[in-house]
Amino acid sequence: MLEQELVFEPTVAEPMLPEVFRIQRVKHESYDTFTLILEPSNGRESFPFKAGQFNMLYVYGVGEVPISISGDPNQPEMLVHTTRAVGTVTKAMSELKRGDVIGIRGPFGSSWPIQEAEHHDVVFVAGGIGLAPLRPALYEIIARREKYGRIVLLYGTRSPDDILYHDELEQWRARFDLEVYVTVDYADKSWRGNVGVVTNLIPKAPFDPQHTVALVCGPEVMMRFTAIEFLKRGVSPTSLYLTMERNMKCAIGFCGHCQLGGYFICKDGPVFTYEQMQTLLSLWEV
Amino acid sequence: MTQQFSILEREDFQKLIDVLSADGYQVIGPTLGEGAVIYDELTSIEQMPIGWTDIQEGGKYRLERRDDDALFGFNTSPQSWKRFLHPPSVRLWQAHRTDEGFELQHEPIEAPRMAFLGVRSCDLHAIAIQDKVFMNGDYLDPTYKSRREKIFVVAVNCGQAGGTCFCSSMNTGPKAEGGFDLALTEIVESRQHYFVVEVGSEKGQEVLHQLPHRPAKDSEVKAADNLLKKVSKQMGRILDTEQMQDILYRNYENARWDSVAQRCLSCANCTMVCPTCFCTTIQDVTDLSGSHAERVRRWDSCFTMDFSYIHGGSIRYSQKSRYRQWMTHKLATWFDQFGTAGCVGCGRCITWCPVGIDLTEEMAAIRESEGAAPKPGRKPASAKP
Repeated sequence: MLEQELVFEPTVAEPMLPEVFRIQRVKHESYDTFTLILEPSNGRESFPFKAGQFNMLYVYGVGEVPISISGDPNQPEMLVHTTRAVGTVTKAMSELKRGDVIGIRGPFGSSWPIQEAEHHDVVFVAGGIGLAPLRPALYEIIARREKYGRIVLLYGTRSPDDILYHDELEQWRARFDLEVYVTVDYADKSWRGNVGVVTNLIPKAPFDPQHTVALVCGPEVMMRFTAIEFLKRGVSPTSLYLTMERNMKCAIGFCGHCQLGGYFICKDGPVFTYEQMQTLLSLWEV
Repeated sequence: MTQQFSILEREDFQKLIDVLSADGYQVIGPTLGEGAVIYDELTSIEQMPIGWTDIQEGGKYRLERRDDDALFGFNTSPQSWKRFLHPPSVRLWQAHRTDEGFELQHEPIEAPRMAFLGVRSCDLHAIAIQDKVFMNGDYLDPTYKSRREKIFVVAVNCGQAGGTCFCSSMNTGPKAEGGFDLALTEIVESRQHYFVVEVGSEKGQEVLHQLPHRPAKDSEVKAADNLLKKVSKQMGRILDTEQMQDILYRNYENARWDSVAQRCLSCANCTMVCPTCFCTTIQDVTDLSGSHAERVRRWDSCFTMDFSYIHGGSIRYSQKSRYRQWMTHKLATWFDQFGTAGCVGCGRCITWCPVGIDLTEEMAAIRESEGAAPKPGRKPASAKP
């Protein structure tokens, strides 16, 4: 157990030191969500990342939070984050304006199985703000459309007011090679679409279960029931991908906060197969 | 033939401190203070707990006089060496407001050159475990690494086992098998008092050369061996590690977690004294004018509610889930993460638990709940003290 030969090879010398990025644009997506479009301000020209990865965002004097990247991996000159204003840091972040600066550390974590999904039907299931971490994968897969089978997006939100990326959803829905279904838990009079939880859409969704990769992001309870529906249709637990969320302070496996069983969400995740999460998701308070 | 063991006489022990100091090390070793043995800066042998021992039991720690003048006649100090390699509070960076927004200022790392005097085998293993946490992954912790690389380690083999010790169960002691520069075994007999010295590195050899020493006689080496054999049979606690991981994975739901939760105060003492617990939190601080901000990293504990807080609430809101997380991490999930247990059998968590919760007892209870018979030599976990 005692090892005299220690490996001392840093990949990043100061992984806890953020870089300063400037806000190029703020887009209000809904009453409580917003998108920050950022550009590096330290001579760096691009911010390469993989779909599914996240950054730590620091608001000066307030604090730091993990937020998934929601931009296009093929446009690394821009860094895009969509966030819901729910806590101290994200509320302060929602008040930032064009020209303000923000601290960024990252990118961290595992990514969506873009390559592995080639030649398969790809089903995206998003709950609420869960569409944001999926969007980079949607961009990538749509950009190489010919490599995939059917592409289906099932998106559920609480109400029509919670729907993110309205314009893009309309564009995607207008394409003949994408299937987009949106459902809301509570409709108002203007709503003409599906009503009910997103899991209701899975039994009827057009995909071949034997040749499907599913990418799921949403509240844990939604992901649990989504997984059950996919398994019922015969999708394998190894073809089902989820992205998990836990408290994080460092994002590099040192602070211990994001542990879930033997996994560190920050470095082993946030994207996991359902096979990895199956048992843990069945337990309470792990 | 290479001389493996040497003898350092008790009268010359001060010279070890002096040589290390002269080599530019800040010597850290056991001192007597606050009613306990505390690892602190050491310049003179007079600061050491000469002739003192500690009595340790679940929730109990007392110093008592020994009937000899042993320098290392105690077991573990409440605080481990963790506080020197992974300090409780570290500033990570500072930031200043500017016209353009803010700028970040990197924190220079000034690691002291420390010599640890009197590291027990369990604590050597704990350091090896933290090495895996902080230096073996994709990222390195610069604070830990810079301190770790500079230390000089004088290990001390245990001359006695404490009431809460179980290093024999964890294969982490009582004899230091590696990871040291010098290792000492203290022999106190009626007419002689000396240290059997084993060299573990070139640095160690150089230090030994500057000290008055002589080759050890076979009888002296044997005396040290016999002592260690005796100690390994004295352990106050036993932990049966067989299939420990699988048992815990099968028992996320077990009534025992409810019963331990009724006693656990969530005080976090166990995590603070644990030599392997590594969790931290960060604090972002600003001055009153808002022109200066900084980030500080502090030790944290999985026993707090904040630890697992995400929007909407804490993931582990019950005491039961937090104790379960801690113990399952130590004895099971740690293997998945770092290929080793997160426990070295030092017994600190048992001694320093205000209500005397005993990890070995909890593990045995869970094992026995699956129908296993209690191990011989161990009281059944169901028999409450």
